[in-house]
Amino acid sequence: MDAAAKKQLELSACKVRMGIIEGVHSAKSGHPGGSLSCADILTYLYFAKMNIDPKNPKMENRDRFVLSKGHAAPALYSVLANRGYFDTELLKSLRKIGSILQGHPDMKHIPGVDMSTGSLGQGISAAVGMALSAKHFGGGFKVYTVLGDGEIEEGQVWEAAMFAANKGLSNLTAFVDYNNLQIDGTIEEVNSAAPIDKKFEAFNWHTIVIDGHDFDQIEAALTEAETLDKPVAIIAKTVKGKGVSFMENQVSWHGSAPNDEQYEQAMAELKATLETLQ
Amino acid sequence: MSEIKKVATRAAFGNALVKLGAERDDFVVLDADLAAATQTGMFKKAFPDRFYDCGIAEADMIGIAAGIAATGKKVVCSSFAMFAAGRAFEQIRNSVGYPHLNVIIGATHAGISVGEDGATHQCCEDIALMRTIPGMTIINPADETEAKKAVEAAFELDGPVYMRFGRLAVPVIFGEDYKFEVGKSVELKEGNDVTIIATGLMVAEALEAYELLKKEGINARVINMHTIKPLDNEAVIKAAKETGAIVTAEEHSVIGGLGGAVSELLSEEYPVPVLKLGVYDTFGHSGPAPKLLDEFGLRAVNIAEKAKKAITLK
Repeated sequence: MDAAAKKQLELSACKVRMGIIEGVHSAKSGHPGGSLSCADILTYLYFAKMNIDPKNPKMENRDRFVLSKGHAAPALYSVLANRGYFDTELLKSLRKIGSILQGHPDMKHIPGVDMSTGSLGQGISAAVGMALSAKHFGGGFKVYTVLGDGEIEEGQVWEAAMFAANKGLSNLTAFVDYNNLQIDGTIEEVNSAAPIDKKFEAFNWHTIVIDGHDFDQIEAALTEAETLDKPVAIIAKTVKGKGVSFMENQVSWHGSAPNDEQYEQAMAELKATLETLQ
Repeated sequence: MSEIKKVATRAAFGNALVKLGAERDDFVVLDADLAAATQTGMFKKAFPDRFYDCGIAEADMIGIAAGIAATGKKVVCSSFAMFAAGRAFEQIRNSVGYPHLNVIIGATHAGISVGEDGATHQCCEDIALMRTIPGMTIINPADETEAKKAVEAAFELDGPVYMRFGRLAVPVIFGEDYKFEVGKSVELKEGNDVTIIATGLMVAEALEAYELLKKEGINARVINMHTIKPLDNEAVIKAAKETGAIVTAEEHSVIGGLGGAVSELLSEEYPVPVLKLGVYDTFGHSGPAPKLLDEFGLRAVNIAEKAKKAITLK
């Protein structure tokens, strides 16, 4: 990717992060850590990869995205808003009564959300169903999903992984947001699924390990995925809370909102990042 | 009785899928390694390219069905009631119910009439579980004819449908001219002394109970409540007003099923005695299905006894 395109993606990702902080601060609850860790992946998919049309969110054979780690909804909402599906001002209504922006993604009311998720382990099965539908009914579209590294402790993920490989769903790509932290502590402390790449390989997926904050690597992995005849798992090593210094690698930011002072600091940091990019 | 044709509603389900498969190609069928038992195997044989076996992974099957439906396509998925409604309850609630997707769940081997497999496979809780999901339609056909018509009707509905079928061959009580409408119960016998509201294989028993009661000079109304959700409130309230006593009959726990639905409605709208016939908060066990139905009191004679008791409570 050329430098200009990369800079544009970095700009978009920074705005996405600002939207995440805006939403979670306004809601006084939510999940900033895991939203910030997958922000670059979602930005690349929605700004550079997927065949979508924000003006026609239900376009029949659009590519599909399923946020299997549904608690990262603030990231998805911010990406959708910044991509033009709805006004970025709406992000401030996150989790509030009457808002379409539910705590977890709601496909019935939010433009651009392809699947309702939130209960971990279920999104990947829906993504598998979508990929099967594209193959069976000739829709020809691609399906992308993002799983949490804690989420893959759910057995259903591996049921889905088995099926996807056995049915040759080469139009399915699953990212694992490998930030190494879940609610109760580090992945190792809780119930690690490592080695994650070897597990997906054992389930007959092709696996690629990347830095989940490097757009060149995200692009290269997705390009490689398109050449293969099997589903692809991209194990994206990420930093929980990425982009906000005091949130980075802190498990306490999994599911808590910044207070006013922390909000000001986070936004100041992100604005500074934005200025260096502009 | 031996002359009456008997067919399992699961067989009608399989046949209906094959018929629909010949008429339209806009749907796929999923199963979880029970196709030979659920009878989706008939569809698999007729249309192998439109059938997907998810293996022994019911939670994933429901999620896959949700994903297919989310792309605007029709899908039928099937397993035993225990593993569809039971094991995959939360997948049905969150991945199918919450987004109100057009997934048809064909749940077979419901109730204690599963027989020899015993308690782990005798699901008497599925109606209760499915009833709690907003927007879920629940249909429990009484015989072969109704099961076939119900499957066809389910394809025209918007939103998820839970269809309950049995393993045991049961009497065919309706002719081809039988009219089936989702959510609209059928008054099979007129009467004003008491109303028997039955569903599934208990409908045939209710018709026998009607005859038993008639011999004793009691005129029972018999209603076939094939759709448990949405319940035909109008017919239930009308029966309460006109007959003053109700007996519900189902091959399901008395907690949360048809009896529960009728009681919930009438306690608020028109309280009359409601006596529930069903499985009384206990697990089933192994044995031949007909003997189990005798043992668990799911027979015409039991319905008739309840009806007489209900009348005394008026």
